[in-house]
Amino acid sequence: MAQGRDDHGGIEDLFPDDAGAETSPEGSAARSDADPAATVASTDRRRRPAKKRRLSVVGVAGELLITAGVLVLMFLGWQLWLDDQLSAPRLKNEATGLSQQWDKDAQKPTAAPSQPASDISQNPPVQTAPKNAERFALLAIPRFGTDFYRPIAEGVSVSQVLNKYEVGHYPSTQMPGDIGNFVIASHRSAYGGALHRIHELEVGDHIFIETQDGWYQYSFRNLEYVKPTGVGVLDPVPQQDGVAATQRLLTLTTCNPFYSTAERIIGYSVFDKFTPRADGPPKEIAATVNGGS
Amino acid sequence: MYAALWRVLPGPWWVRVLILIVVFAAITVALIMWVFPWFDQFVAPQDVTVGNQQ
Repeated sequence: MAQGRDDHGGIEDLFPDDAGAETSPEGSAARSDADPAATVASTDRRRRPAKKRRLSVVGVAGELLITAGVLVLMFLGWQLWLDDQLSAPRLKNEATGLSQQWDKDAQKPTAAPSQPASDISQNPPVQTAPKNAERFALLAIPRFGTDFYRPIAEGVSVSQVLNKYEVGHYPSTQMPGDIGNFVIASHRSAYGGALHRIHELEVGDHIFIETQDGWYQYSFRNLEYVKPTGVGVLDPVPQQDGVAATQRLLTLTTCNPFYSTAERIIGYSVFDKFTPRADGPPKEIAATVNGGS
Repeated sequence: MYAALWRVLPGPWWVRVLILIVVFAAITVALIMWVFPWFDQFVAPQDVTVGNQQ
């Protein structure tokens, strides 16, 4: 400890009581050779250069650079990890709020078309496309945990939608429940990182899209990796340009690998069934939908 | 700079360490709540979509 303080020179004068209690062989040898007056003089001499060092431009610049480096690392840690952890509960609360608002709206007499239940399950209602950046749906994926509940907004503008922590809907693609392809995009990390764990999806995993009308259940089928230019994934029949769609698909798109934009990872799902809002949420996501209130 | 900061802090060493821990925690919270979200707009946006959609 005494040796460590000695190395820092200037700090020694913070501990005047310790000054005589040097235990290192170097220090005691130096002291025993000199008379008391010389020791005081040498201490003074040692202090003066230390004060000069404190004021040196290079020293201050170095400390500022180290500080800047630490700040950059902290920012990256915040952006790529901590912010996603902190924003997940907030986004879930906002999703829950929207779901409850839709519950209230559904109780008004004008809502909900009266179709036979068996019919509506396989021929779900299709909404008209909302305005840009407007939230119109919610995403729940049980594989990502019961706490995973995110708003989906119209558009995939990075500045207006995706960097606002939203999951975005490609406006050129179909709406949920429509025959064709409902394609959504999200960041893999940062800005909520909704699809961070897309690679953990397994065949048959259910993915739920909630709208004002109810819940659209899709089953996950497969992953595909494409280049950032791979717009074929947006086709009504993915990768088959001009072919007329017969199926209802949900496609997730995000970045791959982690912390890179070199590729896109694509997750395809097929439509299972629709549950009208009046029937309440499907059991699998009941805890997600009702839990946040 | 930091040596000078250490010198102007009052009290014995453990009080100074305590003060520094509190100050560091306060700075970290301020960074996370205000500075980082504000600074984020200057970071080049990453396109995560297929096709150049922005």
